[in-house]
Amino acid sequence: MSEFTFSCPIPISDYPQVLLAHGGGGKLMHQLLDKLIAPTFANPLSAEGHDGAILSFNGTRLAFTTDSFVVKPLFFPGGDIGALAVNGTVNDLAMCGARPRYLSLSFILEEGLPMETLWRAIQSIHAAAQAADVQIVTGDTKVVDRGKGDGMFINTAGIGVVEHDLIIAPSKVREGDAILINGDIGRHGMAIMAAREGLTFESAIESDCAPLWAPIARLIEAGVEVHCLRDMTRGGMASSLVEIAKACGLHLHIDERRIPIRDDVRAACEILGLDPLYVANEGRFVAFVPQAQAERALAAIGAGAVQIGAVRADAKGKVTAQSSIGISRIVDMLSGEQLPRIC
Amino acid sequence: MRYIDEYRDAAAVHKYAALLAKLVTRPWTLMEVCGGQTHAILRFGIDELLPPQVTLLHGPGCPVCVTPLELIDKALAIAAQPNVIFTSFGDMLRVPGSHGDLLSCKARGADVRMVYSPLDALKLAQANPEKQVVFFAVGFETTAPANAMAVYQAAQLGVTNFSILVSHVLVPPAIEAILSAEGNRVQAFLAAGHVCAVMGYTEYEPLAQKYRVPFVVTGFEPLDIIQGVYMAVKQLEEGRAEVENQYARAVTREGNLRAIELIREVFEVVPRKWRGIGEIPASGLGLRSAYAAFDAEERFGVASYTAQESGECISGLILQGAKKPYQCAAFGTRCTPEHPLGATMVSSEGACAAYYRYRLPLEQADS
Repeated sequence: MSEFTFSCPIPISDYPQVLLAHGGGGKLMHQLLDKLIAPTFANPLSAEGHDGAILSFNGTRLAFTTDSFVVKPLFFPGGDIGALAVNGTVNDLAMCGARPRYLSLSFILEEGLPMETLWRAIQSIHAAAQAADVQIVTGDTKVVDRGKGDGMFINTAGIGVVEHDLIIAPSKVREGDAILINGDIGRHGMAIMAAREGLTFESAIESDCAPLWAPIARLIEAGVEVHCLRDMTRGGMASSLVEIAKACGLHLHIDERRIPIRDDVRAACEILGLDPLYVANEGRFVAFVPQAQAERALAAIGAGAVQIGAVRADAKGKVTAQSSIGISRIVDMLSGEQLPRIC
Repeated sequence: MRYIDEYRDAAAVHKYAALLAKLVTRPWTLMEVCGGQTHAILRFGIDELLPPQVTLLHGPGCPVCVTPLELIDKALAIAAQPNVIFTSFGDMLRVPGSHGDLLSCKARGADVRMVYSPLDALKLAQANPEKQVVFFAVGFETTAPANAMAVYQAAQLGVTNFSILVSHVLVPPAIEAILSAEGNRVQAFLAAGHVCAVMGYTEYEPLAQKYRVPFVVTGFEPLDIIQGVYMAVKQLEEGRAEVENQYARAVTREGNLRAIELIREVFEVVPRKWRGIGEIPASGLGLRSAYAAFDAEERFGVASYTAQESGECISGLILQGAKKPYQCAAFGTRCTPEHPLGATMVSSEGACAAYYRYRLPLEQADS
């Protein structure tokens, strides 16, 4: 018989404080959204569970979204906080099937930030906005005391225009749909981890940070009946797929052997004990299209695009993966961020 | 990718599975003693390829899972002190102590940092001479050489603001504890390849003789594991009880002599408490008196802490192979990775977490 003891290690089902894991794109973050945010502000637009909201005005559909950027280090191989701040919001609009048009830009700067660092970020934002064909039309700047910010935080909000009649949303995913991605996964997360203090290993991995409207526009122009799009950012491919599976109530089955992962990314993941399926991307998306149009869709997306799986109806709201030796397993969301293993 | 893809080759794995099915004539129970292997078995689905006669149990092979509650409490107490930078491997940060985990401690303002190597913690100490830098030195023989090196270098360099909270455990005494326990079901062991890469495998030879059980030093990829199982079952079927080496590409009988020498320079064998199992004599490493100045327990006055473990969690039985995770009433319901009752559900290497992540029936996997 075990007796009640005050030192029972049962934690902490509802953490009394916000943890970093609450922003990790996993289950804790979704709990935060589901318990605190969604019920408070419930409305039909936010209920779609999309990367942005679609607003209708006299027959014109606009996409509206916002995102904040707190990356450390501010500059990393393949990108920086400025490029991320543009591409992150541009890509959320693109995932709504909207052509990105206008962005807002807000800085929260820490006292003592070198002016040259700010200038480099501004130059990067300018270049990324040009590359993505969006205009920065409004913004704000605040400065906080030294030690109260991590050098620089950026928030952007964006407006895009939906120029077609498709409804692109998780609720449109259908049994039999092909699951496509636009290239190799895991580069952004590993580039950041390699650059971060405390985890120094030699690496030439660059972030995949890139604007994604061009391949989406080609998909739509090619007449592909796109059902759903999602960029695979925080929490990686696995979290994006689980989110969509839960939203559409279908079974997403993927074949791990078909997922392209660069050798250096795989090697870094193997060394750190991380699963590349959960590593963040900043230039990769998953697309759900009818299987009959999969070939056309892959050609439209362009080099690197592959089909990684298909949608089934034999289990509700689940993601499964076939391992490299041919056995299926569950793919679930992680609690928070992946932590490197001991050995 | 070289050294990975050839060991994940589906055809070769299935070929071994077929050979194993032909070989086996009666039920056998095997145990692996490595969280990395437990994880690989479930992630790749190797257990589903085994013939029904072969049962794989998952032993106390996850260093996070066997770290006793009181040591986590000590870590929390040290981390909460002002002027301390507390450093740890990533997967220790989420393990619950009696009152919260290191990540919550960080959220309350403690300076808790994840490092990949204890040598990075030593660098932090050099860069922050006004702070006390503590490294949470957990793990089996695998992590002992690097932890020993950090202390050795700190002594050589005269770094006085660095210390380690030691919770090193040793594999062979744990295996002996399982073998000598009443009602032991384990008939053969897969010895962990990385532990043997450091220590060699001479320590298993007397155990194989004394208890008449085969040992196979085994790697971590699907082909390694199925071959290790095949070799162990072959020994059992032939009535042999030897130590064999499947992982010859990394392991020699003598091990890494320089690493062993360094471990012996800095550490000595001590009794250790294992979470869920209790104290096992001569089952861990502690700092030698010559290096006692680097002992965080002494430096921060936490040596006398004790803690009681939860009554409902059966992680002790899981770690000893007496129960499978799904045989626990709380598994997947009251105990999940978000609300773990015990460490086997917290660590990514823990058997319960591995079953939860990869093997929960489809209809139960709802979060």
